[in-house]
Amino acid sequence: MIKHPIFAAGGLLAAFAVGGTGLVAFTHQMTDDKIAANERNALLASLSEMVPASSIDNDIVTDTVAVSDEERLGTAETLVYLGRKQGEPVAAVFTSVVPDGYSGPIKLLVAVKADGALGGVRVVSHKETPGLGDKIEVEKSDWVHGFDGLSLGSPPEERWKVKRDGGIFDQFTGATITPRSIVKAVKKTLLFYQDRGESLFQEKTAAKGEGDTVATSKMAG
Amino acid sequence: MTSSYGKLIKEGLWNNNQALVALLGLCPLLAVTNTAINGLGLGIATTVVLVLSNVTVSLIRNVVRQEVRLPIFVMVIASFVTAVELSMNAWFYELYKILGIFIPLIVTNCAIIGRAEAFASKNNVTDSLVDGLAMGIGFTLALVVLGAMRELVGMGTLFSQAHLMFGEGARDLTLSLGDGFQGALLAILPPGAFIGLGLLIVIKNLVDQRLAERPQPVKSEPEKDPKETDEAQPAGA
Repeated sequence: MIKHPIFAAGGLLAAFAVGGTGLVAFTHQMTDDKIAANERNALLASLSEMVPASSIDNDIVTDTVAVSDEERLGTAETLVYLGRKQGEPVAAVFTSVVPDGYSGPIKLLVAVKADGALGGVRVVSHKETPGLGDKIEVEKSDWVHGFDGLSLGSPPEERWKVKRDGGIFDQFTGATITPRSIVKAVKKTLLFYQDRGESLFQEKTAAKGEGDTVATSKMAG
Repeated sequence: MTSSYGKLIKEGLWNNNQALVALLGLCPLLAVTNTAINGLGLGIATTVVLVLSNVTVSLIRNVVRQEVRLPIFVMVIASFVTAVELSMNAWFYELYKILGIFIPLIVTNCAIIGRAEAFASKNNVTDSLVDGLAMGIGFTLALVVLGAMRELVGMGTLFSQAHLMFGEGARDLTLSLGDGFQGALLAILPPGAFIGLGLLIVIKNLVDQRLAERPQPVKSEPEKDPKETDEAQPAGA
């Protein structure tokens, strides 16, 4: 009996689909743990730059709470990493978004210490102009370190602007919009913390065990 | 077909360079070549996929039916690309983050399906292996040279971020023209990629022209007027 060619072709395709899937599944199996560890380590490394690992004793990567304040934090839902020592709040790291970067949103990590001072600011991803706006990256310039230790009281609120607008923050030659929008976003994050900072840590304690670690994976990118 | 490896290698690296002659795989070529290391990373990933897919396609060339060969090639390539992507994510995490979307996009690099269809499906395994390797290295070289050009002109550095690939010890590999260097921003931006690629093609064609004009038995006379050379050697190209 002669098989219809279409069955032979279909069978062949199926066989290769199975083989290909097998290869991918095998590789996935081999690399899964390593990739998860990489993502976790990368996140931990950037968090501990701003919140030193010695200052906290909880697992900051999984101790998170999701808050919603698009006006001040830039996105509909913002993940906040909480650092504590012996249950007491040490710092909260906001995954704030700058909605009005020069060429698209800029993702930030903003660490606010329990006393309201900035532990640090890092740019996670951006599309700013290479060579001009990308001085916001910590690898390219120490501009973001200018935020370290500042709070809403120091400098006074009306000085939370780039120098061109009468504030204290440097703008870059050829790129004012980028620093201006980041300064604004950091200030708004601080304002949010001033309002709701305390409650973040309480909400979390109350909601413990409700499986709110799902959002952690969102930070990977 | 040919069985001379030397010829295959020459084809891959120069005569039929996938980036400079065939102009395949332009999307990753233009997008990631803002530094030499990025180019190298994507080039190596592409080469690995190309070799694996060429060998596999060659192995199965007598089994696969004509009418379904393309979907099968695509499936083979896609599987390898995913495997390479996962491996890079696991072992070259920092580089993976930079190359990002362009690793999965290797699937759509026409150079790979092109070699599978045009070469590997008609040749034996070792020839296909050599072809894949040569084409891959040729592509990688184009990426690295273009990346180095753009990096040097645009940022005044060379091999920056080498540590992402070769470990912390390679930090010193980075060359810099000094902090005072104001790069030509254009080179880093997308238009710079097109201009750079154009220049590379010009250079390659000029070299080819020179080679074609040179009399076949290499004489001791160094450079001659092209017209004269043409008369002396009317065979030409």
